[in-house]
Amino acid sequence: MNDQTPPTREERTAALKGLGCARKRVEDARFTQGKGNYVDDVKLPAMLFGDFVRSPYGHARVKSIDASAALALPGVIAVLTAKDLEPLGLHWMPTLAGDKQMVLADGKVLFQGQEVAFVVAEDRYVAADAVELVEVEYEDLPVVTDPFKALEPNAPVLREDLQGQTEGAHGLRRHHNHIFLWEQGDKDGAEAAISEADVVAEERVYYHRTHPCPLETCGCVASMDKVNGKLTLWGTFQAPHVVRTVASLLSGIAEHNIRVISPDIGGGFGNKVGVYPGYVCSIVASIVTGRPVKWVEDRMDNLMTTAFARDYWMDGRIAATKDGKITGLSVHVTADHGAFDACADPTKFPAGFFHICTGSYDIPVAYVGVDGVYTNKAPGGVAYRCSFRVTEAAYLIERMIEILAQKLGMDAAELRAKNFIRKEQFPYHSALGWEYDSGDYHTAWDKALKAVDYDGLRAEQAERVVAFRRGETRKLLGIGLCHFTEIVGAGPVKNCDILGMGMFDSCEIRIHPTGSAIARLGTISQGQGHATTFAQILASETGIPADNITIEEGDTDTAPYGLGTYGSRSTPVAGAAAAMAARKIRAKAQMIAAYLLEVHEGDLEWDVDRFAVKGAPERFKTMTEIAYAAYHDAIPNIEPGLEAVSYYDPPNMTYPFGAYICVMEIDADTGEHEIRQFYALDDCGTRINPMVIEGQVHGGLTEAYAISMGQEIAYDEMGNVKTGTLMDFFLPTSWETPHYTTDFTETPSPHHPIGAKGVGESPNVGGVPAFSNAVHDAFRAFGLTQSHMPHDQWRIWKTAQDLGLHG
Amino acid sequence: MIPAAFEYHRPSELSAVIALLSEHGDEARVVAGGHSLIPMMKLRMAALDHLIDLRDIAELRGIEVGATIRIGAMTTQHELLTHAGLAEAAPILAEAARQIADPQVRYLGTLGGNVANGDPGNDMPGLMQCLDARFTLTGPDGTREVAARDFYEAAYMTAREDDEILVAITFPRPGAGHAYEKQKRKIGDYATAAAAVQLEAADSKVSAASIAMTNLSDVPVWSAAAGAALVGSACGTPAVEAAVAAMLADIDPVEDSRGPVEFKKHVAATVLRRAIARAWSRV
Ligand SMILES: Cc1cc2nc3c(=O)[nH]c(=O)nc-3n(C[C@H](O)[C@H](O)[C@H](O)COP(=O)(O)OP(=O)(O)OC[C@H]3O[C@@H](n4cnc5c(N)ncnc54)[C@H](O)[C@@H]3O)c2cc1C
Repeated sequence: MNDQTPPTREERTAALKGLGCARKRVEDARFTQGKGNYVDDVKLPAMLFGDFVRSPYGHARVKSIDASAALALPGVIAVLTAKDLEPLGLHWMPTLAGDKQMVLADGKVLFQGQEVAFVVAEDRYVAADAVELVEVEYEDLPVVTDPFKALEPNAPVLREDLQGQTEGAHGLRRHHNHIFLWEQGDKDGAEAAISEADVVAEERVYYHRTHPCPLETCGCVASMDKVNGKLTLWGTFQAPHVVRTVASLLSGIAEHNIRVISPDIGGGFGNKVGVYPGYVCSIVASIVTGRPVKWVEDRMDNLMTTAFARDYWMDGRIAATKDGKITGLSVHVTADHGAFDACADPTKFPAGFFHICTGSYDIPVAYVGVDGVYTNKAPGGVAYRCSFRVTEAAYLIERMIEILAQKLGMDAAELRAKNFIRKEQFPYHSALGWEYDSGDYHTAWDKALKAVDYDGLRAEQAERVVAFRRGETRKLLGIGLCHFTEIVGAGPVKNCDILGMGMFDSCEIRIHPTGSAIARLGTISQGQGHATTFAQILASETGIPADNITIEEGDTDTAPYGLGTYGSRSTPVAGAAAAMAARKIRAKAQMIAAYLLEVHEGDLEWDVDRFAVKGAPERFKTMTEIAYAAYHDAIPNIEPGLEAVSYYDPPNMTYPFGAYICVMEIDADTGEHEIRQFYALDDCGTRINPMVIEGQVHGGLTEAYAISMGQEIAYDEMGNVKTGTLMDFFLPTSWETPHYTTDFTETPSPHHPIGAKGVGESPNVGGVPAFSNAVHDAFRAFGLTQSHMPHDQWRIWKTAQDLGLHG
Repeated sequence: MIPAAFEYHRPSELSAVIALLSEHGDEARVVAGGHSLIPMMKLRMAALDHLIDLRDIAELRGIEVGATIRIGAMTTQHELLTHAGLAEAAPILAEAARQIADPQVRYLGTLGGNVANGDPGNDMPGLMQCLDARFTLTGPDGTREVAARDFYEAAYMTAREDDEILVAITFPRPGAGHAYEKQKRKIGDYATAAAAVQLEAADSKVSAASIAMTNLSDVPVWSAAAGAALVGSACGTPAVEAAVAAMLADIDPVEDSRGPVEFKKHVAATVLRRAIARAWSRV
């Protein structure tokens, strides 16, 4: 039997397809064949459809709602209005940000597209016809879409429900449209640094309003079983367990009687974190009718009403010595939150983690103040493929660095290197209160500059400027630099919670008798490939091949409680839980192996997929053998079975970082651009699956490209959404999408069990400044300091026009 | 994004289409590829009780290439791209069709629908004006022809009567000096500005020039003056700038999310310069 050479350790390791393996995504077989199972694929007997009557106005009083014609239409079952929800206390609902939000218009509407009435009908077509038949009488009110105007003394009162309330969830409200002022850092110290500095760069940087726009819009199916009293809710939820708790608290249905299922999700990007009126209305409609009710947004509903992202007006001041050592940073943000404060942030952080805005730099003193403001725009303020407000922070600091470099007359790459937190400074305590776990910025930066031949590019750019001035070309060359530091993996329960639920996450593993396994986690994949990568973590930890491990998420009846997937937290938190649960499995397996091999536990060592006797590697028990024994042998003092669960409360966030460089050609006449090169170096600590990382980076960069170069939710002064369809809202196709070169360094997180940091959102965080800086850099020689995103054709043309480049 | 209910008709004779149109008046509309009409119905901006599908009408199909080129109204934009004879006889059609939307739209969208639609964003109307095409319309009172240059009255308003069908588009075989230059924000977008240019030359000078612009007014703009400015020149800067100035005097763009009026004028000038240069290089 031993005539075959036993597999080498390398071969055994490879067979696991564990950490570091570019394993193909197991999900893709069904996704690429159209066999995914999304919310809209859920079809139940006797299911009804809900659709909203929405406000055409940005701000108006609702004088009356007449649903009689709609109710007369055959197939219409019910039309719900705020009056119907009021007795249940559900006409308003709490938001994640400590505010409340109308479920259905209660006396007035505050943004275009706001939910006014919910029509329930036998099918989608009848529902759509009925929506047209509901007659709503409005009296329009003055509209404010500009947060600065909203704070003027005589601005119209948007939130009449809050009138007279000078205290909100996050402190004092100093004006009727003011939500909070949130401050962090040392205000006086920062002022002192600025007043004493050799050089101060000052700029208003706007990060415009945009939208995560997942391909699958938001939706749900609510099914109340009146016989057993159980409510089942399928939905596009990035945090199904929290939805269950919220649904229980709001509806009064006991939590064990609610089952929330997130099936396959077609992209979330933060859009599917919050609780929307559609969910509440579907649940109520199912309870009222006793039939399942489906609600699925169309594209316009999604773009116009469910959570937007960004809309931050950032006033930055950065101080430095004349040779370019940064001495202080002060930032004030006017944050446009729309009609209700429904930002999805950990409870204690109304501006998310915006105070990561000192970025990758060793800045001795800093201050941040964020004023939240109500306007007549849709609520939201979600983390669109970034940890909470981190993209805004990265954009601010990476713009300020560029502007400072200009002011100093210094190369922006050199200015960055000069101010990077040095490797030996980690763990680094930032002036705004974070403890950066690890990093090696200089190594990454040097590698990036070398990879693109930075000096060569600068020389080419200088020649181009000369040629442009001579009239030999109309094209400019921009070199967009960005070194970003992410903060992900929220987070320590001691300071991060959502509606009181600590932001831990969980994993439960069951090893089957034949040595395969199922693991369930509190997170939910929306395309990130959890079923692939979590199995790889478990494979390396347990010695069971990844192919033999099923990963399940999203069903609150089966999965352990977790806070869900957003803010790049799945790998840092649930991934850590997976490793910790696996280690519990291994600890028990070691005891079983000791029994089977008749040695002391301490005489065993772990070897890829087995426990072997120290010094006698031919004496071993594989995990498969151990699993069988766990179910078969009567082992003294050891319970049968092989299962473990871990709830992981991370000691700190993780701090992925990266160096991105974008080389862009810009046509000064037409405003068109071409991305000639995009180099992306990511350091996400331990790399679980390089192919999945590359896919995440490509996807995130493409979103960053869209955001910086054209994507926006724009309102006119009447409060009309100007970009409510994909004709005007920019989603790049394969045609527009640039080519990317990816690269990496690997600085493991010292506190994460496997050293992983998360990567899904880095490319959006780092990509936006890289693209935007390239545009700015193209015009640097002509004196441009700031032009706001998105850099679509007409805005670039306008920049050229204002700089006098059109002769 | 769900249209209201409608009756669907799919006759196989032109006469049956006309009969249906006469019977139902403005409650009926013909549908060709549906890629302009159906989005409007889904947005409930077009409400109609009867939709008459033209796809089974054989007379509306076919491409004939001779001294005159005749293209059946139901010819898809994809067919314009792939028809070998047409590629040789009038390459500007493929150059323009390639810049319309994406393959999925072009497989279904038709030339007839594109020119009959009357949307100033459509590319084919301007192109047809540049080529001096004629539209053959058949209605209850028989068949007539209208010049493309006389067809467009205002956005979505054309010389076609409600009960007339556009049967075919004909135009004289153009010369080699052509270019269709379009600027758009992305694939699937209508033009920020587009220019169709046909030039003919004799003795190294422009002997005839035709210039039409797209999405720069509520109708396509055939600028006779812009063409005239080039005749007799060798497309040097003064003549091109005179053509650009003439064109700018004829267009009337409005601000939208593609940009403000000044920008559109700037782009119109740029695309026209480029189109003239390319057309001249091909003469
Ligand atoms: C995403 C997207 C992007 C697009 N981008 C562009 C673009 O860049 N440039 C461009 O030019 N177009 C564009 N289009 C429009 C596309 O080319 C349409 O296919 C075209 O405008 C209409 O052709 P159709 O065959 O689809 O007509 P339909 O939509 O079926 O009909 C359009 C109108 O014409 C009428 N009609 C159709 N045929 C006849 C006929 N034979 N006689 C009388 N009336 C008739 C119909 O009643 C209707 O009013 C785009 C469409 C989409 C969906």
